[in-house]
Amino acid sequence: MRNAFAEEITRLGSADPRLVMLSADIGNRLFDKFKAMHPTRFYNCGVAEANMISLAAGLASCGLRPVCYTITPFITARCFEQIRVDICYHQMPVMIVGTGSGLSYAGLGATHHSLEDMALLRSLPGMRVLAPSDSMELRSCLRTAFAGEGATYIRIGKKGEPVLCAEPPGFTFGTWRQVRTGAEVALLSTGNMLPSALATADLLAAHGITPTVYSCASVKPLDTATLARVFAECETVVTLEEHGLIGGFGSAVAEWLVDRELPPKARLLRFGTGDHFLHHPGEQEHARQAYGLTPAAIAQAVQATLTPAY
Amino acid sequence: MNPYPLNSVDLAHLQLLSREVRLQLISMSHRAQSAHLGGALSCVDLLVALYGTRLNINPQQPDDPLRDRLVFSKGHAVSALYTVLARHGFFPVEELQHYNEEGSRLPEQPSPHCVPGVEWATGSLGHGLGVGIGMALASHIQEKPYNVYVVMSDGECQEGSVWEGAMLAPRLQLGNLTALVDFNKWQATGRSNEVMAMESLKAKWEAFGWITREVDGHNLTEITEALHAPRPAHVPLAIVAHTVKGKGASFIEDDNNWHYRSPTSDEVEQARLELALP
Repeated sequence: MRNAFAEEITRLGSADPRLVMLSADIGNRLFDKFKAMHPTRFYNCGVAEANMISLAAGLASCGLRPVCYTITPFITARCFEQIRVDICYHQMPVMIVGTGSGLSYAGLGATHHSLEDMALLRSLPGMRVLAPSDSMELRSCLRTAFAGEGATYIRIGKKGEPVLCAEPPGFTFGTWRQVRTGAEVALLSTGNMLPSALATADLLAAHGITPTVYSCASVKPLDTATLARVFAECETVVTLEEHGLIGGFGSAVAEWLVDRELPPKARLLRFGTGDHFLHHPGEQEHARQAYGLTPAAIAQAVQATLTPAY
Repeated sequence: MNPYPLNSVDLAHLQLLSREVRLQLISMSHRAQSAHLGGALSCVDLLVALYGTRLNINPQQPDDPLRDRLVFSKGHAVSALYTVLARHGFFPVEELQHYNEEGSRLPEQPSPHCVPGVEWATGSLGHGLGVGIGMALASHIQEKPYNVYVVMSDGECQEGSVWEGAMLAPRLQLGNLTALVDFNKWQATGRSNEVMAMESLKAKWEAFGWITREVDGHNLTEITEALHAPRPAHVPLAIVAHTVKGKGASFIEDDNNWHYRSPTSDEVEQARLELALP
């Protein structure tokens, strides 16, 4: 996703002279093309994320459109108050992009895990939160977010993730993308969990269950039309996220659910990371296993909720 | 705007304005029963000098893209900014009597959503310099010639974000950026140099790569000279202004109880006598 991000930002920056790229000392060589094409619009702000966010807000107040980029926990949790006050309160059109989200950098330890970022950013008035599933969906998210006004947070992975779309699928805020059609189960996947959602669907299919699968890149705003439909039509609705269960995508769906007037037909199952840190070394798949975020575990839990016919 | 250098008539005019602003602040604090009077009084002369001699602004066009920007980063002292803005025609002086009233355009901490002329919401310390750096950098990117001034408190300089910005601005060669520190030697609960190792504040800014000047922050001649002196085109300027918290009324000066206290009506009258105003 990182390379696609750099390519797409370079493309957007060539089309719009308002785009200014800010990095907190990350992306060595990643932005060489951008720097060569737009030398007055790339700034390495140093290992100083709080100042980078305030600086971005100052740029935006003068009509520019900054994009801030660094590793996810450092561009969300560390400088949360600058995002809250300087970007959100002032309604500045700044794009914040966190790389290595979720457990992408699991091997670097808990300092580099980002399992709270959506909870934090989702709580801020006016902030949109996006979690694309692959590099193509990321491109669409960037195009839509940059074309509009307002602040947007995009959490992306690292590099080498599977590319599921042949081309940018298009993106609209508050609309999810259906990637598989099914019936009694809806798998709502956000971010890089989409390959796991599809693998889960395959496991369930072996038992005669045909889940509907959505890529839910728009975490805020939610796709409430799709939510209303799946909770009316399905027996089980499942949220999947590489993020903590407190305050993330599944929480957002649960909030929507309890605020509804009508009781849902479907039961909600949420899959994410638990309320504890990982203390042992291990890469992404190892960390997902430790948190029970594997297709086998998810499929088994989903199956247990269904009526005996399945 | 007064021409520089100031002649004796202009200087006397600005000095009178400073005294009038101070009495207004004391009166507003009494009426609103609001805190932070001491820190508002200490930065009055800096604001009077900036708005009176330096800022390229037009109150009829407060959003002019080519205006100079003043980011008032010590937002708790915003009554001083409101009063100076009103005296320069950004809104009616009569509106100041509604300071800190519910529903008024003059909240106790600043917001750009209220009266014109307020650039940023700075109730949280340590944000203004970074925002000002962004504004100054935008001037370079967009090739629009304007200057940016950030007024900060000494206690504020304990925020780490200030030094993140201080380290970046010289590297960005922001010669259109000036930081002014209202060094009144106090913060909410004690002497700023006893709470943290503030000294030497001037040496700190110099070490971070800024052109640095120290002035008597109540001497309008010194302040204006520092604001107007020739400077390198590509280096930001820091002005460390030595001030007295509560400057203008003997019973408020250098008494940190006035970080939170507000004056009685008798104390407003006593200040009026000391400031030699009708």
